[in-house]
Amino acid sequence: MSGYVVFGATVLAGVLLFLAAMVARRLLAPRAVTASGTTTYESGVDPIGSGWAQVRVRYVVFAFLYVIFAVDAVYLFPWALVLREEHLGPVSLVEIGVFVGILLVGLAHAARRGLLRWL
Amino acid sequence: MSVLEIVVRTVSALAAFLVLPLLVGQTEHKVMAHMQGRLGPMYAGGFHGWAQLVADGVKFVQKEDITPRAADRWVFRLAPAVALVPYLLAIAAIPVMPGVAAAPVPASAVLVLAVVGIGILGTLMAGWASANKYALVGAMRAAAQLLSYELPMVLAVASVCIAAGTLSLDTIVGAWHWWWLGWQLPGAVVFLVGAVAELQRPPFDMPVADSEIVFGPYTEYTGLRFAFFLLSEYAGIVVMSLLFAVLYLGGWHGPFADQVGWLWTALKGFVVAVVVIWLRVAWPRLREDQLQRLAWLVLVPLAVAQLVLTGVVVVVHP
Repeated sequence: MSGYVVFGATVLAGVLLFLAAMVARRLLAPRAVTASGTTTYESGVDPIGSGWAQVRVRYVVFAFLYVIFAVDAVYLFPWALVLREEHLGPVSLVEIGVFVGILLVGLAHAARRGLLRWL
Repeated sequence: MSVLEIVVRTVSALAAFLVLPLLVGQTEHKVMAHMQGRLGPMYAGGFHGWAQLVADGVKFVQKEDITPRAADRWVFRLAPAVALVPYLLAIAAIPVMPGVAAAPVPASAVLVLAVVGIGILGTLMAGWASANKYALVGAMRAAAQLLSYELPMVLAVASVCIAAGTLSLDTIVGAWHWWWLGWQLPGAVVFLVGAVAELQRPPFDMPVADSEIVFGPYTEYTGLRFAFFLLSEYAGIVVMSLLFAVLYLGGWHGPFADQVGWLWTALKGFVVAVVVIWLRVAWPRLREDQLQRLAWLVLVPLAVAQLVLTGVVVVVHP
């Protein structure tokens, strides 16, 4: 439990570090806000349009796959703690094998259908 | 635990966080320079430019801090902190000797993975809030890459946890034997590749590819906030290297481990950090589609194969 107290104190230390650095910057850095200085950077020419552009969210398939496998990973960590128990070990190994096997078949299917291409 | 002890532990974590990334950064300057037939920094501080990064820090703090008009102001300004602080927390939770970590928590392996996952949000916040086209493209790439590589990395760590039968980094090193080097080798390779990709370092630096999209999500940043993103990259190398040393190389195991165990952990971590730097010098950048293929068709199946291998060995030979 006491480890978490230190962990909390470290969070606080990190926030303080950031704040202290920002105070130091305020004291040391010049401030010369100009209209051209705060324009969006587009390699030196005036920006065209706004930051809102139509983009295809290409990674949406990967995000779905990630969620599926992340659920898998959530089950793996508790499994690490019980695998050595005699009455649970071999049975749970087979069960996890079936579970992961289904996911892998799904991944192979996605790959075969060309979903994993970045086009 | 007394208040004094809490303060000492926190300050030691903070000190490690402020010193080790600079060491890795200076090592990168020098190692990379010599690999490319250059000298690297030679002036600052006198002896082989040892103070170069300190000088860089002093320079950055004196630079004007610009928030673009179009930016989502508070998200933009907060992003560097979100990118940086998680690595401080991760350093605090990694043990260097038996029972010696700044913040000794029970399930430290899971905790470190979780906080490193938060750090990634900083990149996404920066890319989205900048309202800049380069930054947006970079953030898209970063989102896809970080999702794809986090997964095999987590699976590889799960494999080590299964091998040791615990979620605590401390106990994992305690259970480590030299033959794990071979047993967990596929997982170790997966972890190293995944870690370099998580840090968005070459050859996986597509999100910040400077010849295409300026500096990706960090394009609009200036001064100290920009420096914080750079610092978080090097803090990330420290975290990943130490984690690799603890998970796969047996941490403090070595001659005279009782007295100088922390030195072994540090040395092994340093060697891994040099390998990460070496990868940057030796490999060209991967294209985005190659990146995704590597993650999903090589690393994920390899990590799952490692899991099966680990599970079978543990059941057959408990």
